[in-house]
Amino acid sequence: MNYQVDKKGFYGNFGGAYIPEMLVPNVEELRNRYLDIIQEESFQLEMDELLRDYVGRPTPLYLAKRLSEKYNTTVYLKREDLCHTGAHKVNNTIGQILLARRLGKTRIIAETGAGQHGVATATVCALMGMECIVYMGSVDMERQKPNVERMKMLGATVRPANSGSKTLKDATNEAIRDWINNPVDTHYIIGSVVGPHPYPDLVARFQSVISEEMREQLIDKTGSPNPDYVIACVGGGSNAAGAFYNYLSEPSVNLIAVEAAGQGVYSGHSAATTFLGKPGVIHGSKTLLMQTEDGQITEPYSISAGLDYPGIGPMHANLFETGRAKFYSITDTEAFNAAMLLSKLEGIIPALESAHAIAVLENLPLKKDDVVVINLSGRGDKDLMTYITRKDEFTK
Amino acid sequence: MTSTNINNKLTQLFSTKQKGLLNIYFTAGFPQLENTRTILKALQDGGADMVEIGIPFSDPLADGPTIQESNDAALNNGITLKKIVQQLQGMREEIHIPVLLMGYINSVLQYGVEELVADLSALGVDGLILPDLPVDEYKEKYQELFEANNMSMVFLVTPQTSVERLKYIDEASSGFIYVVSTASTTGNEAKDLAGQKEYFERIKNAKFNNPTMIGFNIKDHASYTEACNYANGAIIGSAFIKMLGNSHLLEKDIKEFVSFVKQG
Repeated sequence: MNYQVDKKGFYGNFGGAYIPEMLVPNVEELRNRYLDIIQEESFQLEMDELLRDYVGRPTPLYLAKRLSEKYNTTVYLKREDLCHTGAHKVNNTIGQILLARRLGKTRIIAETGAGQHGVATATVCALMGMECIVYMGSVDMERQKPNVERMKMLGATVRPANSGSKTLKDATNEAIRDWINNPVDTHYIIGSVVGPHPYPDLVARFQSVISEEMREQLIDKTGSPNPDYVIACVGGGSNAAGAFYNYLSEPSVNLIAVEAAGQGVYSGHSAATTFLGKPGVIHGSKTLLMQTEDGQITEPYSISAGLDYPGIGPMHANLFETGRAKFYSITDTEAFNAAMLLSKLEGIIPALESAHAIAVLENLPLKKDDVVVINLSGRGDKDLMTYITRKDEFTK
Repeated sequence: MTSTNINNKLTQLFSTKQKGLLNIYFTAGFPQLENTRTILKALQDGGADMVEIGIPFSDPLADGPTIQESNDAALNNGITLKKIVQQLQGMREEIHIPVLLMGYINSVLQYGVEELVADLSALGVDGLILPDLPVDEYKEKYQELFEANNMSMVFLVTPQTSVERLKYIDEASSGFIYVVSTASTTGNEAKDLAGQKEYFERIKNAKFNNPTMIGFNIKDHASYTEACNYANGAIIGSAFIKMLGNSHLLEKDIKEFVSFVKQG
């Protein structure tokens, strides 16, 4: 079975480009040109150089000995937290800014939830000297002040999204509205494997460097490119897309996607889209999304701002529907404690998002000789205030 | 020509009147949940030639602040697509002008496309406008269903729409072509019709099978008149919603609004 996007922009029953006519010329231009551009030799040379010298790739594949001991198996951490800006997000923004330049665009827009993608976008815009406008829900701006300041320091304009629930989905709506109003000079750098085709495929390709490196690194360390498990957290799903990408057609590799259960899958405060969602259209693609019977998109909840998105990328909806990936959900409490555990056992403070992927080790039927790779998508600096202020609540 | 397959109040209107048609958009369930029928009747009595009833959606990404806020207010009032269908029961006893529903594809998918088209057809609704439904998908999956139910499907074109695509959209449309005046979300006060003459001329001379209506950023008598120079009529949304939000005497204010737009 093929889990990649088809010619019409679909992953099985999911994907497509459900966009108003105002966006069609921009999205078509991107669709017609993205593959040619990213396959050009000059593009690849420039991208490889920046990923190496600016981002710090390849990121290490680290054998987590004490964590392995605890779970009586072999756990490797793919250290995306060591990327410049502190998360995997920059892999995509580097690729898209190079693409935007080749499309002749001069103005960059982006959406951000916790601010990680906003920072990664502001960073590459500074690098290339391009105008950058980041939309961020006004509620999120209040919750993530240091990242707002980071973006400003990098020269970006941060515009509050005051519509709807004033969080990530509304920031995405505002970015799309900006693109409608600026159809000629602007490129929209989407931060996850969401949005109209070709975005899910484009972002997945730029993140696929994660599993490309994993394969090479595993050969060195274990003799085989294929582990038994690849584990990644899923909000929209960009780090999971990158970690799964080169294993999609290796059925021996178990792909484990971890969603945020928030306060519990059925608590009414959750972001576990595959458990709670139904097929529908959000931000230009058909996928699974959390919504009312009337089709109104509902506000998700997770302690981790990077996972509280009401949909998942169409690629993941298809991996769920076909059973190629198994989906688990992890509560705030479980993720919080996994972050504490990893900090103490390995000296690595993970982002709350990535802590969800660590926490799922408790739920998997792991054997001693299994090789498990966890994509450690980001570092925990941005979550330090949560780790400090909510410790008593989660660890009693 | 697709539209010959369809015979409803919308196609009948265009066969008898080709100039100066005024189409007014309003959000169902706004300002109050039960205002839908009142507004519809007042628009007809005031002289609107057709109406579009907006289906409120939580994430209306082609809309500017005015329509977004009316959607939020209507959803808070408890509107749903099912309630809109209920509110329109018996509408044709008093409403004789064409009525279309406009909204986002997700609302329709959750209701069920076949169920909705059947229900709307029974109510006497003439057409649907779903800006985020791809033209390809409509042709492939739904065109037969719409035609079998005498239901028009209106697609949008913009200043950036290529010549080939204009033709393609015209072939898929039935009822009229919704000509988006500028590259814009709805009700964008930073944009107006100045500088759009060349685009409007292009549309006027395009020899479409379908009639054309210009919408987005039409707000008063002057912009309505300007749009009518190039199309069969004009569509007003945000300016009307804004008026509704401030109105204390809906029926009187609606009639005055329509009269002001038409006569100046």
